[in-house]
Amino acid sequence: MAGCSQRCRQGIFKFLQCLHRFVSGTLSKDKVDDELEMTMVCHRPEGLEQLEAQTNFTKRELQVLYRGFKNECPSGVVNEETFKHIYAQFFPHGDASNYAHYLFNAFDSAHNGSIKFEDFVMGLSILLRGSVREKLQWTFNLYDINRDGYINKEEMIEIVRAIYDMMGKYTYPALKGDVPKQHVDAFFQKMDKNKDGVVTLEEFILACQEDENMMRSLQLFENVI
Amino acid sequence: MAAGVAAWLPFARAAAIGWMPVANCPMPVAPRDHSKQQDELIVLNVSGRRFQTWRTTLDRYPDTLLGSSEKEFFYNEESKEYFFDRDPDAFRSILNFYRTGKLHYPRHECISAYDEELAFFGIIPEIIGDCCYEEYKDRKRENAERLMDDQEDNKDSKLPNMNFRETMWRAFENPHTSTMALVFYYVTGFFIAISVITNVVETVPCGSTPNQKDVPCGERYTVAFFCMDTACVMIFTVEYLMRLFAAPSRYRFMRSVMSIIDVVAILPYYIGLVMTNNEDVSGAFVTLRVFRVFRIFKFSRHSQGLRILGYTLKSCASELGFLLFSLTMAIIIFATVMFYAEKGSSSSKFTSIPASFWYTIVTMTTLGYGDMVPKTIAGKIFGSICSLSGVLVIALPVPVIVSNFSRIYHQNQRADKRRAQKVQKARLARIRVAKTGTSSAFLHCKRNGLFDELRELPGSEEGEQQLSKTTTLLESQHHHLLHCLEKTTAHEFIDEQLYEQNCLEGALQSYPSRSPSLSSQEGPTGTCCTRRARKTPLPDASLSSACQRGLQELSAVHIQCSDQPPLSTRSAVVSEIDT
Repeated sequence: MAGCSQRCRQGIFKFLQCLHRFVSGTLSKDKVDDELEMTMVCHRPEGLEQLEAQTNFTKRELQVLYRGFKNECPSGVVNEETFKHIYAQFFPHGDASNYAHYLFNAFDSAHNGSIKFEDFVMGLSILLRGSVREKLQWTFNLYDINRDGYINKEEMIEIVRAIYDMMGKYTYPALKGDVPKQHVDAFFQKMDKNKDGVVTLEEFILACQEDENMMRSLQLFENVI
Repeated sequence: MAAGVAAWLPFARAAAIGWMPVANCPMPVAPRDHSKQQDELIVLNVSGRRFQTWRTTLDRYPDTLLGSSEKEFFYNEESKEYFFDRDPDAFRSILNFYRTGKLHYPRHECISAYDEELAFFGIIPEIIGDCCYEEYKDRKRENAERLMDDQEDNKDSKLPNMNFRETMWRAFENPHTSTMALVFYYVTGFFIAISVITNVVETVPCGSTPNQKDVPCGERYTVAFFCMDTACVMIFTVEYLMRLFAAPSRYRFMRSVMSIIDVVAILPYYIGLVMTNNEDVSGAFVTLRVFRVFRIFKFSRHSQGLRILGYTLKSCASELGFLLFSLTMAIIIFATVMFYAEKGSSSSKFTSIPASFWYTIVTMTTLGYGDMVPKTIAGKIFGSICSLSGVLVIALPVPVIVSNFSRIYHQNQRADKRRAQKVQKARLARIRVAKTGTSSAFLHCKRNGLFDELRELPGSEEGEQQLSKTTTLLESQHHHLLHCLEKTTAHEFIDEQLYEQNCLEGALQSYPSRSPSLSSQEGPTGTCCTRRARKTPLPDASLSSACQRGLQELSAVHIQCSDQPPLSTRSAVVSEIDT
């Protein structure tokens, strides 16, 4: 019965709409939207030799990376929307947009809202071929959302919440209570040596170097390219 | 996984380093890329025309022929190329699909040839990009209709297993199916005609008695007309009841336009039967007789043209509305002007603005009855302007309606609009299913993942061959990434049914925080790893026995690793991984 009354209401509403359109005499709407003219930004990266000198990749690897990059972004730059879309393809269960946002800011060293191929390749070079200190520094920059040199609890909670968002709803055990907050509390206990409520770069690097698991995990992704 | 983003997988995996400090558990081992050859050019020889592309381009879509190992069947050893004996022109668009991620439908190509090519190369047509999809679907529908027309002539035999009700409904909807249906069709048509003619002739004055004026035939031969009317209404009632009985969905039938017309056609008779004694409402009764003319609309079941006309009018409702609206505006304007212009003249028929409406309508439609004529000069001027503008205003929307009618008549004669919507929904559902294949693939692999971990020891050749047999390298890397995320957050992905099940179970009992069999030394690592020791509900029964062993082994090793120093190779490596 509920469905019937719902349909009746919808029918009446549609009839009134029709009547309104009939009386006011609007023609059927044009379906074509006016496309915003795409700004034809085209960016070409510096030469292969320069990039090879600046990063720890070989020419071959740079070629492979650029082909993939250019295929997905023919204009040569990635904007945040495309970045979020690409990253979301890898995590179909949950919502990867928040974490992708922070990641985008970490890669976008010039903070102009778009990632060029050089930024992309520099970031990857640090992550895959950099020293332990460089990797940890990159990670610190990722967590330090407002770039003030300190990680406080709110920033950490945001990051961890973004990571948990990527898991989606159907997890085991089910996400009950404020799991990100508990996670952050554990993290701060480990990282914040002088208990002043913020984590500086040095504290961070020291604490990570003490953690053997993490050191091993950092080596895990070396053969990614 | 979608296409070009396969190139971004290394980036996503590198970015996973950002999770490491947050994670409490150790990360799983990454799948090794043993087939690590340099990216090479593949030559595809399609009936003599050579196409070349990178191997990784083809690997983007592992569920198609060119992306999977199926293409090895076509490998030609002598010339070191893959030879396909297919149409090279159609192959161009297929190869472009790998390159750009978008499948286009070339308009000059025959639809069935293109479909065959797509089927051969294992590409589902739903992936065709939006730019070409409408064209593709239209051509496909045309083709299907053409084939269906050829088949309809052969389809005279009744479908088996149709009960009496379905047969009757089919007979009603399609009179050509059986002779009975045809007879019924013609009989009802005949009676509709009789009924309409009766209504018309009823009012004709026929003959007169000497002392009275002409009486209409209806009043002269009351009994005859009454009998005729009764017979028609009985036939119509029986027909309506039979249709109601045979309709597959009675409620839907009752709501349809044709059934409403049927009811309106026969109702006045019954109301008349009930109301004959009361003289006061006889005026209303006379009005009701007007509704008998609706019987003529019953002809629309017999005529396709009428149906198309009705459909056109319905679809042109907005143009008709515009026509009416603009006419109304013009009428009001001109009526006002004429009224005030003619106010001065004596014995003017333009007594009020609504009275002038009649003049305006008659003038604008260029009828010009002449019963109301302006007399003042100003009135005549405005009157002429009125008639000129009338021609314009009416002439504008009419061609739109006409072209609509012709378009609908030619194209949508057979098309059912509702069927098109269902097809669109089905198409989106199919694409969604193909895309979400990855998430279920990961969950499926997770259940196998237990023994993959045990086998993924560095240097163990058979383990890795096993791995590459079930999943491609890309997929295994993607699964590794998802696995790392699980370890970071210390929660696992499960699918919806298991989640619902667990919610229900959780409501009934409380979970122990960790397995009692484990030592209490394990700190944060303990919580995430104890789950392995707990029984996870496994819907796949065939895996259960092997899985249970795997579970027990892992938990057994876990117990041991906290006490024993690392000695034997296997447990040593596993404990190294897990601590």
